[in-house]
Amino acid sequence: MYLPAFYKKLQIDTFFLFGFNLNKVYICAVIKHQMKLSQLKVGEKGTVKEFTDLEMSVKLMEMGCLPGEVIKVERIAPLGDPIAINVAGYQLSLRKREASTIILQ
Amino acid sequence: MKSDIRIALVGNPNTGKSTLFNVLTGLNQKIGNFPGVTIDKKLGYCTLPDGRTAEIIDLPGTYSLYPKSRDEAIVFSVLADRHNELTPDLVVIILDATNLKRNLLLYTQVADLKIPVVIALNMMDMAKKADITIDVNAFAQKLGVPVVPISARKIAGIENLKQTIAYANKIPLQQDSIDVEAIAPQLISRIKAEINTDNTYFALQLAHQHETLKFLTAGQSNTIEELEKEFGFHSQKAQATETIARYNYINDLLYDTVQKSATAEDETMSNKIDKVLTHKVFGFIIFFGILLFIFQSIFAWSAYPMSLITDGFVWLQTALHQYLPAGPLTNLLVDGVVAGLSGVMVFIPQIAILFAFISILEDTGYMSRVTFMMDKIMRKVGLNGKSVVPLIGGFACAVPSIMSTRTIENWKDRMITILVTPLITCSARLPVYTLLISLVVPNKNVWWIFNMQGLALTAMYMFSMVSAVVVAWVFKYILKARERGYFIMELPVYRTPRWNNVLHSMYDRAKTFVFEAGKVIVAVSIILWVLASYGPGNQFNKIDQKYKQLQVAQAIPADSLNRMIASEKLENSYAGMLGHVIEPAIKPLGFDWKIGIALITSFAAREVFVGTMATMYSVNGNAEKMESVQQKMHSARNAETGQPVFTLAVAMSLMMFYAFAMQCASTVAVVYRETKNWRWPAIQFAYMTVLAYVASFITYHLLK
Repeated sequence: MYLPAFYKKLQIDTFFLFGFNLNKVYICAVIKHQMKLSQLKVGEKGTVKEFTDLEMSVKLMEMGCLPGEVIKVERIAPLGDPIAINVAGYQLSLRKREASTIILQ
Repeated sequence: MKSDIRIALVGNPNTGKSTLFNVLTGLNQKIGNFPGVTIDKKLGYCTLPDGRTAEIIDLPGTYSLYPKSRDEAIVFSVLADRHNELTPDLVVIILDATNLKRNLLLYTQVADLKIPVVIALNMMDMAKKADITIDVNAFAQKLGVPVVPISARKIAGIENLKQTIAYANKIPLQQDSIDVEAIAPQLISRIKAEINTDNTYFALQLAHQHETLKFLTAGQSNTIEELEKEFGFHSQKAQATETIARYNYINDLLYDTVQKSATAEDETMSNKIDKVLTHKVFGFIIFFGILLFIFQSIFAWSAYPMSLITDGFVWLQTALHQYLPAGPLTNLLVDGVVAGLSGVMVFIPQIAILFAFISILEDTGYMSRVTFMMDKIMRKVGLNGKSVVPLIGGFACAVPSIMSTRTIENWKDRMITILVTPLITCSARLPVYTLLISLVVPNKNVWWIFNMQGLALTAMYMFSMVSAVVVAWVFKYILKARERGYFIMELPVYRTPRWNNVLHSMYDRAKTFVFEAGKVIVAVSIILWVLASYGPGNQFNKIDQKYKQLQVAQAIPADSLNRMIASEKLENSYAGMLGHVIEPAIKPLGFDWKIGIALITSFAAREVFVGTMATMYSVNGNAEKMESVQQKMHSARNAETGQPVFTLAVAMSLMMFYAFAMQCASTVAVVYRETKNWRWPAIQFAYMTVLAYVASFITYHLLK
């Protein structure tokens, strides 16, 4: 498994590990990666964790995209945007910009 | 019609609400307007099993009482306003049994308004197919309201529903869903006291929506605003809290009343269809194929009924002229009113056909896929995925196309679509273009197969598309958005279209057009008729006298004499005078006063240009005699210079003028009808005329 895919699986964006053998100091930086709905590929699933935009979240929640719901990306429009997702048993389409306000677990 | 009970039909979009409405009311419907807004109000009547008449109002489909469009805003104001003439005694809420969770959100909101509710559980057959079992009795018991399983498409359970409506309680018995008070306790109790209501959820909704509600007085609205500030009420946060609480309640409710089988992961039929219809290559090929088919059908299928209507009116006019005593009143009735009516009626076939297709596309669920596929391109120029159909429909006629923009929820996108649709080359421009092209473009082939005249016509079509896109792109920066643009849209499962709904939609739209836009079109036709058939002073008498003498002296055949009289009368009419008046303004475009008259008369409809040209050059004027019009125009010479009037520069300049100018009273009327504001047709008329003038000016001076 090549490293970026490994990071993604760990939901980690960057991973620094510096070792200084002489003074025995290790610097370790882990930046937690926030997985967004817009980053899922067709067929992939994710569970809604939170939203980055209040106004959008209200609209999305009304349509059934609530924290805890499992979302599956069904297809991406031929020109790359919008996307179609399956949530709560039906299909919903939204633009990538809107999908990027949904943070997955 | 007098009714004993008023019922409101409420539900999510795509739940079969209009199918149920049509099943319940049959043809016993009427369409009106909600006071002060453009939204169509659909009313129908239904006889209940106990003999009472129920008035049913079909409210716009919505996912929640928090509106996302002006259509949706109607739902809350009709349900909540206790002093409205439309306030229902009972709400029938339609839930899609295959998607209960999302559907129940709206139910819990409506139920909390404490209006008596009956649930119609639709699509029970589909739910069975998807292995969803619903314990209807337990469900009804938990909610405290009657639940009637139905299948509106298969007309199953309808009698049962009518029965339930007839015996429904007059007082609300539903269980409380969530603790509404906990969302903003102090604010709610203060609003309750202020507005004098005992409904907690109504008070909370007022806090959210008071700014847009018409039934609140300005004073009440201001008081609520102040109270909100006092208690630090944040509308969106409160709404988020409420939605989460409601879904928690719904999850509890569904936990032991609905069972879904675990095999739901199977690929559905709908998904298989989507793989083809939204495919990168086939998706677009199929879409353009369908558009081409619609476009062709509007042209081909409407040709026969349209000529039938025209012929019918011509026959009527001749008959009326024969049997009514000759005089100005008869002329007004026959040549003004009847001719105007004919101008309205002739659009019916095109409107009906376009709306039949649109309602099939919407019913099947394909329209939302079109939106899904086209959204990215259309967004770039300030339009919306849903603008595609009106724009393509514009090739046939802008009138039905502008009526079809109602499916676009976003205000700005819809306005831009309305503003640019008339730029697309419609069928009325075709006779004008053919006449002018045949006048100046040689009928020769280039590269063996391409006819030059055909190429010129194709170029005009392409040009119209380009100009529509460019103008839309410009308007994107001029118009201010009223709401934040977003695109969260359900993709409903594919279904077969309901032919009953298709017929209803054709009928509704044709009727709306005839009664709403028709008034303006008839009025404009009468004005133009008066302008073209009356002149100042006793000019007309003099002309009659002059030709009487001529006839005696030279024995001219009656036929050509009449044409000469008509030509000279038109020249001396008010329209003719106007032609002379505007001549200085149109001279830079290469037009003389004769063309000026044609520009004025063709404001009623573009194709009138050909007829006016025929009268001006005293030919027996109708479209079939086009060749003789062409010859006359070809040999027309400028009286002062002796040069031909219709040079390449003039003809091209005229075509550019017709490409851009809003020379269509029907479109003006329908834009007014759709926007309910004279500002929009005025803006549209102004920008199109300016564009037309500039384009003609440039064309004329480049080619001169």
